Amino acid sequence: MILASALDSIGILDAAIVALLGYVVVFFGLILLMIVIMIMGKAFISKDKKASAKTVAPAAVKVEAAPVEAPTAPGTAGQLKTFDVPPKTAAMLMAIVADKMGKPLNELRFISIKEVK
Amino acid sequence: MINIGEILLNLWNKSGFAAIFSGFTSGGWQYLVMLVIACVLLYLGIVKKFEPLLLVGIAFGCLLSNLPMGGLYHQELWTAFMDESSEFYHSYGEIMRQGGLLDIFYIGVKTSLYPCLIFMGVGAMTDFGPLLSNPKSLLLGAAAQLGVFAAFFCAILLGFTGSEASSIGIIGGADGPTAIFLTSKLAPHLLGAIAVAAYSYMALIPLIQPPIMNALTSAKDRKIKMVQTRVVSKTEKIVFPILVTIFVALLLPDTAPLIGCLMLGNLFKETGCTDRLSDTVQNAMMNIITILLSTAVGATMVGSTFLTASTLKIVVLGVVAFGLSTAGGLLGGNVMCKLTGGKVNPLIGSAGVSAVPMAARVSNVQGQKANPSNFLLMHAMGPNVAGVIGSAIAAGFLLSVFG
Repeated sequence: MILASALDSIGILDAAIVALLGYVVVFFGLILLMIVIMIMGKAFISKDKKASAKTVAPAAVKVEAAPVEAPTAPGTAGQLKTFDVPPKTAAMLMAIVADKMGKPLNELRFISIKEVK
Repeated sequence: MINIGEILLNLWNKSGFAAIFSGFTSGGWQYLVMLVIACVLLYLGIVKKFEPLLLVGIAFGCLLSNLPMGGLYHQELWTAFMDESSEFYHSYGEIMRQGGLLDIFYIGVKTSLYPCLIFMGVGAMTDFGPLLSNPKSLLLGAAAQLGVFAAFFCAILLGFTGSEASSIGIIGGADGPTAIFLTSKLAPHLLGAIAVAAYSYMALIPLIQPPIMNALTSAKDRKIKMVQTRVVSKTEKIVFPILVTIFVALLLPDTAPLIGCLMLGNLFKETGCTDRLSDTVQNAMMNIITILLSTAVGATMVGSTFLTASTLKIVVLGVVAFGLSTAGGLLGGNVMCKLTGGKVNPLIGSAGVSAVPMAARVSNVQGQKANPSNFLLMHAMGPNVAGVIGSAIAAGFLLSVFG
């Protein structure tokens, strides 16, 4: 069964034009969509910045009164939170991950380790 | 007295075996060949795990429609349905009156109901966050549609009509529902072959893509580590589906059913107040529609339309379409890599062929082979979901030209 349509018996040149035009239309559509998403993203980022600026100002006052935390050791990647994991096990896990990834441990940052029960 | 011999003879004459062996040379052999093909597809789905959720249904639908005298599917009813000179042209009433079970299932394909509902499920399971945090990945989704139009052109060279070539080309979009949606509208007689080719190649993506990825990217570029993208707010994720629906449906109205359903499913997921609907769309509805869609598509694989040279050409063109789409995405990735001064790993370009999330996983695996500490999955998800939108736009364009 062949569908009857004027464009069905399309020539090679016409086919090339349709193919090229189709590819251009896909690019055109997605580029326009990209621009729209970029504008939307920028609008949301600036809105978030304004909102965070408003919340940071009163928070700064509170920070002054807060007790100063003990300084961390030089070269540290921050503190690790452990949940139901003994320090020795946590150290072993971090060493295994570093070994598997082929990366020095001091170039990795672990945020938390939690035992899944 | 009852003539037992006559009863047995009648029983034999009414059996499917008689239909196959009595008229073996006049088409009976086609039933046998199609039953073998159905069993091979079942083997691929069950044992080799080639997209089993769809391929098992497709294969069994093929098996059911090729059981002579079963009366489950009637190709002649659908031929009359498409024939403008027939009194049953576009008559669903006739299908309901005369059709078998699979004919009634197939109405959902013919009306584009199933592909659209599948897209709703896909939308509900998709996180567009990586795309929103890096909108430039839309360009890779566009570049990876190269195979669609290249295969369309090749199909014309091989003697297919414009409508048929469009349906074959869309295999390169690596998007099953889109391929079924377009083919059911433009070339329904090729639906079985195109659906099988599309889903089989999607299952073979981990085999098809890596050699092309290695050929079109340098070892140095494959090692590039990409920086983490920004966190996308909940509001952005809610606004996005609404915005895309309005924008894309206004640009190409023919894509409205697909894009509309995709984005509705995504909106259910993101709103946070329609969790029950999102859960139903992702699980129960998706599973039910998958069963109906796969068996109905498989049913269209009848010997008279499937066992032709066209099917072989479609199989070859399908792999060409997949390969060129992958190449297009990778070339786009290379361009983006150069323009950004080496901040983009070109491997994420191949994920632009849709096939969510398989293609993104392949990008990640290839990236980790080059550099074990490289995690490209979330970066590749951007082009991956962009490819879904890109292939829907490509289908909309082809439908507007040949529909």
